[in-house]
Amino acid sequence: MASTLEPNDVDRIATLARLTLTPDERLQFARQLNDVLRFVEQVRQVDTTGIAATSHPLPAEPAWREDIPRPSLSNADALANAPDANREAGLFRVPKVIG
Amino acid sequence: MTGTVRAGVEAALARIATSQPALQAFQHVAAERALAHADVLDRADAPAGPLHGRPLAIKDNIVARGIPTTAGSKILEGYQSPYDAAVVERLEAAGAVIVGTTRCDEFAMGSSTDNCAYGPAHNPWDLTRTPGGSSGGSAAAVAASLVPIALGSDTGGSIRQPASLCGVVGVKPTYGRVSRYGLMAFASSLDQIGPLTRTTREAAAVLEVISGHDARDSTSAQQPVPAFVKALTGDVRNVRIGVPRHLITDDVDEDVRAAFEAALTVARSLGAEVRDVELPNANRGIAVYYLIATAEASANLARYDGVRYGLRAAGVSSLADLYERSRHDGFGAEVKRRIMLGTYVLSAGYYDAYYLKAQQVRTLIARDFARAFETVDVVALPTSPCAAFRLGERVDDPIQMYLADVYTVGANLAGLPGISLPCGFTAEGLPVGLQFLARPWDEPTMLRMADAYERATNWGERMPATPPPGA
Repeated sequence: MASTLEPNDVDRIATLARLTLTPDERLQFARQLNDVLRFVEQVRQVDTTGIAATSHPLPAEPAWREDIPRPSLSNADALANAPDANREAGLFRVPKVIG
Repeated sequence: MTGTVRAGVEAALARIATSQPALQAFQHVAAERALAHADVLDRADAPAGPLHGRPLAIKDNIVARGIPTTAGSKILEGYQSPYDAAVVERLEAAGAVIVGTTRCDEFAMGSSTDNCAYGPAHNPWDLTRTPGGSSGGSAAAVAASLVPIALGSDTGGSIRQPASLCGVVGVKPTYGRVSRYGLMAFASSLDQIGPLTRTTREAAAVLEVISGHDARDSTSAQQPVPAFVKALTGDVRNVRIGVPRHLITDDVDEDVRAAFEAALTVARSLGAEVRDVELPNANRGIAVYYLIATAEASANLARYDGVRYGLRAAGVSSLADLYERSRHDGFGAEVKRRIMLGTYVLSAGYYDAYYLKAQQVRTLIARDFARAFETVDVVALPTSPCAAFRLGERVDDPIQMYLADVYTVGANLAGLPGISLPCGFTAEGLPVGLQFLARPWDEPTMLRMADAYERATNWGERMPATPPPGA
């Protein structure tokens, strides 16, 4: 049985995804996400008993490296695209978090 | 000695400027940077490398210093990378000159460039039609001969499908073959960078330059890089081609089926052996792909939060408000849809039913390919079930848009290399693409087959009208 999303489910997902939605988007996404969930229902019908999950397409060794410091972006470069920053102090600026 | 690099780059820039109003293949033209690089090459005593002076366009989701990168999204308007992508470093070291970035669907999510926040690119064969996507601008730029080489990225077919729809060559390398350092991540277990060119030979030359291990991408493989160009011997006698006929249903456009069958006849005449193979789980590929790709995208796109770069909503009241409203204002509809779906399938209570299940069926799809490659050397399929469709036609029907990738997602799910190359035209004069897939790391056989087919035919030599009709 396919899951069906109601508009309040869409609100919950939007909160998890850190998205605000307009009332129109909320209704449109509820409809379209339900269409997609019906479409992917075919995957849930496949018998996968004992089948391992693939998280990575090809077998690969973990990419180890020595824990040696190496050059990275300069502070100025890292802040260069920030919408708001205190460049002298080298900090990104956001609305006050603690009252 | 032919002309200077500067003359070649100036000519490319002029072609781009002329084409841009009608074609919209480019997002940003980096004229000054390109000319400065051309002058450096012209002043040098010796050619820089195998791609000396070749004009190159990069998809607008691959970063280069001094060039803005938007990934087709308002959320990155004005973003300028402080570093070069690995492929940019390698191509520039080989002498290629970047002339600009090409239009793509927002964060590479789409099959038409309709999802580009700055407007779509157009197909040079018919300006009312899509060039395909997501690397549609790259395919249009090569098809219209604006540049000989463009880079794309392929998560579910985003290099091969636009190559098919625009009548050019597009290669998706084996997963791990090319470093993704400097590619804006969409779905990390699927994404791969590759070239779009007019010929298989040029694609092989570019692939030789961009392949190889890079410690900055932890998924980059420690595999030797074969001499891809040398592999193009023209001899495909005894190459075994597997055709999963059960996938080529009546839903496939009749002209596409006819062109595909004719291509198999050519392959046989070259001495290749064509036989049937079964890929029993391949018809679940699209559904599996949309579960896995959206899940990974929902995590990868969490970084666009209005803090470190990109768009920040005005007048926000709190940090949470800043995140939520910046993402609302910055992302387009398809990106939001995919983030929402991905968030849902990863959320508590649904993870096992959707995401884990999709990963298990992914295993079955990969096993089908492995079994097929026990008896054949390459698998042949149409690249796309239809030729270029009209821009805007599928925007309101996400599933119809997703089905454009039915023959391409398998290679991404299984990590295989794939190539699309021209194999004919529809009655309406639109290009049709032929796809070959090969075993992991066996690009040499795949490229050899494609090159031999290309030598025996001349589809890639046919060019769209210049200037494009309607311009």
